[in-house]
Amino acid sequence: MRWLLLKDLQILRRSPLLVGLLVIYPVLIALLIGYALSRGPTKPKVAFLNEVPAGQGSFNLGSTKINGRQYAGKFFTAIDPIVVHSRAEALQKVRSGQALAALIIPADIVQKLSTGGLERPTLDVIYNAENPLKRQFVESTIQFQLAKANQALSGEFRKVASQYIDLLLKGGNFNALGTNFNVLGLESANTILKGVRASLPRGSPQGPPLDQVIHFATLAINNLDLSNQVLASVSSPLAVRTTTIGAGGKQPLDTFAVAVAVTISMMFVCVLLAAGMLALEREENAFTRLARGLVSRFGLVTEKISLAALCATVVALAMLIGIGIFVAVDWGRFPLWVVATLFGAAGFGALGVAIGGWAREVRAASLFAFLLSLPIAVLALVPSGATNPTLYDIIRVISAIFPFRPALDAMAAALSGGGIGLPLLHLVILVVAFGTLARLSLRRFA
Amino acid sequence: MAGTTVATEPTLKVERVTKRYGERLALREVSFEALPGERVAIIGPNGAGKTTLLSILAGIQPSTSGTVSCPPRDIGWVPQHAAVYSKLSVAENLRLFARLEKVDDPDAAVDRMLEQTGLRERADDELGKLSGGNRQRVNIAVGLLSSPPALLLDEPSTSLDPRQRERLWEFIGALAGGGTTVLFSTHNVGEADRYADRLLVLADGELLFHGTPRELEQAVGGDTYDFEGAFVRFLHERGH
Repeated sequence: MRWLLLKDLQILRRSPLLVGLLVIYPVLIALLIGYALSRGPTKPKVAFLNEVPAGQGSFNLGSTKINGRQYAGKFFTAIDPIVVHSRAEALQKVRSGQALAALIIPADIVQKLSTGGLERPTLDVIYNAENPLKRQFVESTIQFQLAKANQALSGEFRKVASQYIDLLLKGGNFNALGTNFNVLGLESANTILKGVRASLPRGSPQGPPLDQVIHFATLAINNLDLSNQVLASVSSPLAVRTTTIGAGGKQPLDTFAVAVAVTISMMFVCVLLAAGMLALEREENAFTRLARGLVSRFGLVTEKISLAALCATVVALAMLIGIGIFVAVDWGRFPLWVVATLFGAAGFGALGVAIGGWAREVRAASLFAFLLSLPIAVLALVPSGATNPTLYDIIRVISAIFPFRPALDAMAAALSGGGIGLPLLHLVILVVAFGTLARLSLRRFA
Repeated sequence: MAGTTVATEPTLKVERVTKRYGERLALREVSFEALPGERVAIIGPNGAGKTTLLSILAGIQPSTSGTVSCPPRDIGWVPQHAAVYSKLSVAENLRLFARLEKVDDPDAAVDRMLEQTGLRERADDELGKLSGGNRQRVNIAVGLLSSPPALLLDEPSTSLDPRQRERLWEFIGALAGGGTTVLFSTHNVGEADRYADRLLVLADGELLFHGTPRELEQAVGGDTYDFEGAFVRFLHERGH
């Protein structure tokens, strides 16, 4: 078998164009995908029209001055604004596709906000429906930012309301229209009332109505004490506690992207090489000679898997080392990288020989390998919840039948921790299954 | 051009070999013997079972029943299309197969075959750059690496030009002269007449005739214009 392996390496050495394509193409694809995954989505371009006259961006809520610009600034962290100066211009930007949407802040927003919620200002959002995906993306972004702005504003309202409630409860100074007022407060009023009630003679006709007022004041004090908590829950009705589960829970996005990039490269190199090299034995008519007992069919399958795994391991490790220069990876886990790469490559190699055995011709095998590999990789990257549960279950089953998903899991675990045993076991099962399929295909190979 | 056989112990003894593919009978109880230095041509119409018989003798596929005296390891095999690697050189191909055949001294075997096939000067040339004739010579050389007592050739002269064919048959004649038993299949009955000592005529998996070309001519009355005519009449008289 080793002579056959050396022969194949010799053939590869004499096919620099093929080897170049086989290595460069998947590496480029993988790096592109990895780069795309490691970057969040770009900010959508949104035409932004602020109809609020200059210098009127702030408003008073009670004695508190609120600056509307700080809320607009929060919007700009999520969108790429194109500042426009009229509604017509905003519409034109959306229609022409220069902006995915337009956001129009009405001129009366400040005046309505200053009523403290008695009047609700309305923001205009205009979407371009030409591309549903883009529309959905920008719609989600704007809705999310609006929700955040609403939450922030209601927080301000709560703060102002709390101040007034405190004033009502405890008393203090209050400024309105430039004039200072001293407010007694319910607690002080209650104390005074109780003092007056105590000074009244027994059986005084003023006693019962005074008791009613004291009872009301006590009730108001006790319940207004709770109002701050109630207001807090109104301004932020839902609190969020984040818990991550699953093997990749602690994986940084960069590391996951590295795992994806390396696994995709490995898959292309392995599957194409194993499929092509096995089919080549038939195309060169050498199989009939080898099958006379020079090499067993099992040996031939094993040799092709080993060849593909060897080459892919070299490519994958070179990639990991190269990427490791630019992305923070844990070099102390290098032995695990090697293990994950070897098992993953063996899984892909087994899939490749099965394809090569059944396709029988180099061109057909290469085409089939390519057509099969890409969707398998894409399906394995579909996150749960991105589609309906039945479809996702089907995707999970398909992903489990092919080596991409376990190879990716093993690689991700090797790079950043998590259980590696199960993916490796999964890969071993797939190597045996695809190896057996390949061995069966050789019965009609000559 | 019949050769002289000097030994009587057969190199190859085939007894009642049958091959079935499901319901289809590809070979029906074929039996024959081949002596050392003998050239035996297997002829017959398309689908007669020529390649099936050779592939069973070569050990590529098992027979359904019957026995072959010589194990595949002791038989050299030359498939119809050159079964060599076009990206490897002549010497590399020979060395690879010598190692796979577990020949005692691969380098000596390569050296011997380069000499025997007259390809020493092309030893370092890639197979893909050689002519069809030279590729076929390498193909035959690979079959002879382990110095087998019997050599099987499946339509060896197909796709060769007349000059290359002439050289091929000279080479095969020399092999037989050295004591190697040569079995070859061919569609060219003229070649069978000229270069074979004996003929096996197969049709629909059945061995219809086993004898010399002259015996085949006599079997149809000996009054035909040429050997090909005798062969066609022979098949016709037997319902093929």
